[in-house]
Amino acid sequence: MESVTLQVLRYLPEEKSEPFYQDYDVPFQKKWVILDALNYIKDHVDGTLTYRWSCRMGVCGSCGMMVNDQPVLTCETFLETYLPGPIRIAPLSYFAVIRDLVVNTDDFLGKVKRAKPWLITDELKPVTEGEYRQTPDELKEYKQYSMCINCMLCYSACPIVGLDPEFVGPAAVALAQRYNYDSRDDGHGQRNKILMDDDGIYSCTLVGECSVVCPKAVDPAGAIQRYKVTGAVEWWKSVVMPWKSDK
Amino acid sequence: MDSRESTTSRTDDAGVEIPYQRFRPKRYQPRMSIFWWIHKKVYLRFIIRELTSVFVAIYAVILIVKLNALLRGPESWEVMTAALATPFSIVLHVIILLFVVYHSITWFLLAPTATVVRLGRKRIPDSAIIAVNFLMWLVLSVAVGWIILAV
Ligand code: SF4
Ligand code: FES
Repeated sequence: MESVTLQVLRYLPEEKSEPFYQDYDVPFQKKWVILDALNYIKDHVDGTLTYRWSCRMGVCGSCGMMVNDQPVLTCETFLETYLPGPIRIAPLSYFAVIRDLVVNTDDFLGKVKRAKPWLITDELKPVTEGEYRQTPDELKEYKQYSMCINCMLCYSACPIVGLDPEFVGPAAVALAQRYNYDSRDDGHGQRNKILMDDDGIYSCTLVGECSVVCPKAVDPAGAIQRYKVTGAVEWWKSVVMPWKSDK
Repeated sequence: MDSRESTTSRTDDAGVEIPYQRFRPKRYQPRMSIFWWIHKKVYLRFIIRELTSVFVAIYAVILIVKLNALLRGPESWEVMTAALATPFSIVLHVIILLFVVYHSITWFLLAPTATVVRLGRKRIPDSAIIAVNFLMWLVLSVAVGWIILAV
């Protein structure tokens, strides 16, 4: 049977202080994705290999890794694409590695939280007034940004994230826009304050790779650029009409 | 005694036994090399695009110097035009032109990411936004050229 070599970056903190590559030969199967090959290794070759996965269908966002230096969801990336190999597999770039292919997500989740990705309303309507209605057009305004699965691929595609670890990053801004463009939301003033500040949208220099690697076509790069336009407009408003600017 | 503590015995490169760290093994924080932009074509293209702005800035300075010479009177202007006619200056201008053209093209192609324009219910397609940018560039260039040649 044909086989492929996977060069997997391993990090075993109890044994070595630096990560190292380990080669594994796996049988090639046309229907296999990278994750299947890793599962094969775990089940048949080396049970100590550590990595994350859950849904196997590009929904949970936990199986992201660098494959040949490109961030991908390994459950929807076919082995076949990389023939004849060898295929290099490493943990997502720029994140702190806990073990083998598992990275620490705390930093990312903290950044997402900074963007306040939830509905903020100035005044709650009494229940008797009924639900908050939305037209299909209003839904369309933000739907694309709501598709984000927090897979962190966009962070690993962004050199600014690597250079400036405090940069809030692509997905956080896309998620902020998800709510900024929601007709039921009044929170943009609060979000602007955070995202237009240091380490916010203006750290972005539009490399654009975040949108290229995003598996859900969220287009975080677009979200950031649109935010910059909003930022510029807000700034002019505050200069020309200081009494009208956002609190 | 916790069995997890005693059963794990691993050895390091030199064969010395290392006790299992139960609580928080050290995390590995990769460091970014200053040559990060060499390894990937897209990053290299990005860096070149950023560098072109240096040439845009150089030309802006040249333009200010020219205006300054113009304000100071005919003698300064003569000195200025003589300096501009040297081979060095001509080569410099050709290089600047190439970089400025590259700069403009790459930024016009990126314009749609920042511009979402709606006509009624429909979003104007990216290609149309790019086309409008290029069209304006062409019209303005022709207009400026026409003014210069007509004088
Ligand atoms: S924006 Fe895309 S790439 Fe980034 S976390 Fe969300 S789904 Fe993943
Ligand atoms: S395993 Fe859930 S996205 Fe890949």
